[in-house]
Amino acid sequence: MNIIVLIKQVPNTSEVKLDPKTGNLIREGVETIINPDDLHALETAVTLKETHGATITVLSMGPLQAIDAVSEAMGMGADKAVFLSDRAFAGADTWATSYTLGKAIQHIGDFDLILAGRQAIDGDTAQVGPQVAAFLGLPQVTYVFDIEAVEADHVVVKRRLEDGYERIQCRLPALLTIIPGGNKPRYPLVSKLLLACREKAPIQVWNAADIRVTTAEIGLDGSLTQVMRTFAPKFERQGKFLEGSTVDMVQTLVAHLKENKLI
Amino acid sequence: MAIWVETDLCDGCRRCTRACPYDAMEIRDGKAYIGDRCTSCGACMNACRSKAILTDAQPRAIPDFSGHKGVWVFAEQRGGELNRVSVELLGKAQELAEELNHKVAAVLIGDQVSGLAGTLIQFGADTVYLAEDAIFKDYRTEAYAQVFQDLIASHKPNILLMGATHIGRDLAPRVSRRVGSGLTADCTGLSIDPDEGILLQTRPAFGGNVMATIVNRYSRPQMATVRPGVMEVVATPDNEGTVITHATRFTEDQAGTRILEIVKEPKTHVDLTEAKVIVAGGRGVNDAAGFGLLAELATALGAELAGTRVAVEEGWIPASRQVGQTGVTVRPDLYIACGVSGAIQHRAGMMDSKFIVAVNKDPYAPIFKVADWGIVGDLFEVVPELTGQLKALCQVMCD
Repeated sequence: MNIIVLIKQVPNTSEVKLDPKTGNLIREGVETIINPDDLHALETAVTLKETHGATITVLSMGPLQAIDAVSEAMGMGADKAVFLSDRAFAGADTWATSYTLGKAIQHIGDFDLILAGRQAIDGDTAQVGPQVAAFLGLPQVTYVFDIEAVEADHVVVKRRLEDGYERIQCRLPALLTIIPGGNKPRYPLVSKLLLACREKAPIQVWNAADIRVTTAEIGLDGSLTQVMRTFAPKFERQGKFLEGSTVDMVQTLVAHLKENKLI
Repeated sequence: MAIWVETDLCDGCRRCTRACPYDAMEIRDGKAYIGDRCTSCGACMNACRSKAILTDAQPRAIPDFSGHKGVWVFAEQRGGELNRVSVELLGKAQELAEELNHKVAAVLIGDQVSGLAGTLIQFGADTVYLAEDAIFKDYRTEAYAQVFQDLIASHKPNILLMGATHIGRDLAPRVSRRVGSGLTADCTGLSIDPDEGILLQTRPAFGGNVMATIVNRYSRPQMATVRPGVMEVVATPDNEGTVITHATRFTEDQAGTRILEIVKEPKTHVDLTEAKVIVAGGRGVNDAAGFGLLAELATALGAELAGTRVAVEEGWIPASRQVGQTGVTVRPDLYIACGVSGAIQHRAGMMDSKFIVAVNKDPYAPIFKVADWGIVGDLFEVVPELTGQLKALCQVMCD
C-alpha cells in the first residue's frame, strides 16, 4: 500500500506573541514543530505500515528550515520524503497551497491513500486537505479518528460528528483528514533521524520547475484570497479585582450578578 | 500566459541563463532557449539587457462581477432538523444583502426536508433552493458539492456562507475547488467594504493571537464559513419567499463514500452555544474531584459545565465541552472561569461573553484581562463559598 502523508512545520502558536507596538508577530525564539494534527496523521500511517505493510512518503511545502519537520517525520517511520521549497511558493493561501501539493502528488506517482491533519495551528482553516482531494478528484473523509479496516479497494473509518460519530466506507484511492483522539504519536527514533540527515537520505527537494507549475498559479499570485490587514485582538475589559476575604469577595460578586440580572 | 525569446534581438550574452533559478534555460546556436522547466517567473526578462525576452502576461485584473448577485446561505440540516447556525447566518445575510442591494437565498439539501423552507423564509430567505432526493438524506461530500456546483453555475451568487460545523468545514473547501473561488474559514466578522463593495472577512489566526481581515477580489462567489454562536438570528415573520426545486442527477457511483452507521453519543453531547450561563474549569482545577465542585456551582446557577483543552486532555470533561480555538465558541450571558489561565486559544472561544468572572490564584493570569470581575484566590475556597451563598439566596428568594 502506498501512503502519502501531508505535513506542515508551524510555529508553536501557544508561544507566539504580538509586538504591541508594531502589531507584528514575534517569531524569534518561538519553537517550530510539526503541526499537531499532522503528527496524528503520521502515526496513523506508521501504524498502518506495521499492521498492513505500506510505503510512506511524506510531502511538505515550506521554507528551507522546514526540512527539519521532514527529517522528524522520517524519524517516526516514513520511508521517503518530498520537500517542496521555492521562494515562489511563499504567500500562498489554501487554494495555491492545495494546487502546489496536488501537482507534487501527481509527480510522485501512484498512491492508495493520502493522510493529512485536520488543520494547522497557524492557519486554522482545515481547507488544504479537502482542497487537495478536490483537485485530485478523490473521495474524502474528514475528522477521522479511527481506521477500522483496510481492503484493496476501500477503507472503513470512523468520522467524528459534533454529537457522536459515523462509520464510513470510502473507496480508494482517497484522502482522509485525521484528528487527535485515536492514537498517541510516537517519538522519532534517533537511529532513523540520523539516517534522515545523511546526504543519501531518500528526501527529494523539489521547486516550482520540478512540478511543472508557473508562478502565476502558486504563491501570492496564485492565491484567491488576499490578506487585507492583520491586527491584534482587542480586549476591552479591565478585570475589576474584588477585595477582602473570600466571603467578602463572593458577597460582592453575588451583588454584581444580581444587579445585572444574571441570577 | 507565455514567455519567449525574440531570437533576432538575442546576442547570446548568457545573463538570462545565469539568472534563471530553475535551470530552465540554455544557449542553442548562440541564442537563448527556454525549456520546459520554465515557471514564467520572469527572472530572465529582468536580467536581459537587449530586451529580447518578452511576455504576454498581464497584471492581475479584477474581473467584472456585476452579473453575480445574491447572498446565499447553506441551510445545514441533519435528520430533518435545521442547524441553528443556518438561521444565524441568514441574519447576517440580510444585513449584507441590504448593503449590496441583493437578495438572500438559502440552499436546502436533503430528503423530505421541504417543510424546513418555511422556517428559512421566516428568518430571512427570499428564495429557497431545494434539492430533495433519497440520495441526499445523510450528508456526503460529493453529493452536496455537486448540488452547489450546479446551483452556482446557474444562478451566480455573489456571496456564499456556510456554518463552520463538521459538515460545513468538509463541504466548503470542496465547493471552493469545484467552482474555482476563494474561501475564508471560521470568520468571526463579516461586513461590506464601502470602497470596493466586497466582503471583508475577519477571522482569528495563529491560535487566536492575530486577527486577519481577508478579501476575495478575483473570484466569485465570495465564500466564508462562520462559527456557530457568532452571528445573531434576525426573525422576519412577515417575509414572503419562493421555493425553487432543483433537480440534480447524482448517482451512488459518484459518491465514493457510503455511510455504514451513525452512532449518537447523547451522554457526552451538549450544545454549549445555547447555554446562558457557563462554568468553566482549567488546569487549576487539578482533578476530577475539583470539577465536582464546579459541577455543584453549575447546578446552583442552572449553568452548563465547560473547560479548556487541558481539562479535556486530562479526561475531566468530554470533548464536546471544550471551549476555545479548537473547541466551541460561546457567547453566554455569564461565563465563570475557574482555574483557567486564559491562554489565547481559550480566550478566542469565550471573549464575547456578555459578562466574565475569573477565579485564579495567579493575579497575573491573562484571564483577568478579559474578566469583568476577578477574584484572586483559591478556587477550592471560592467556588464552594459561591455555591453556598447562591443556594442561600435561592432559599430566601424561593420561599
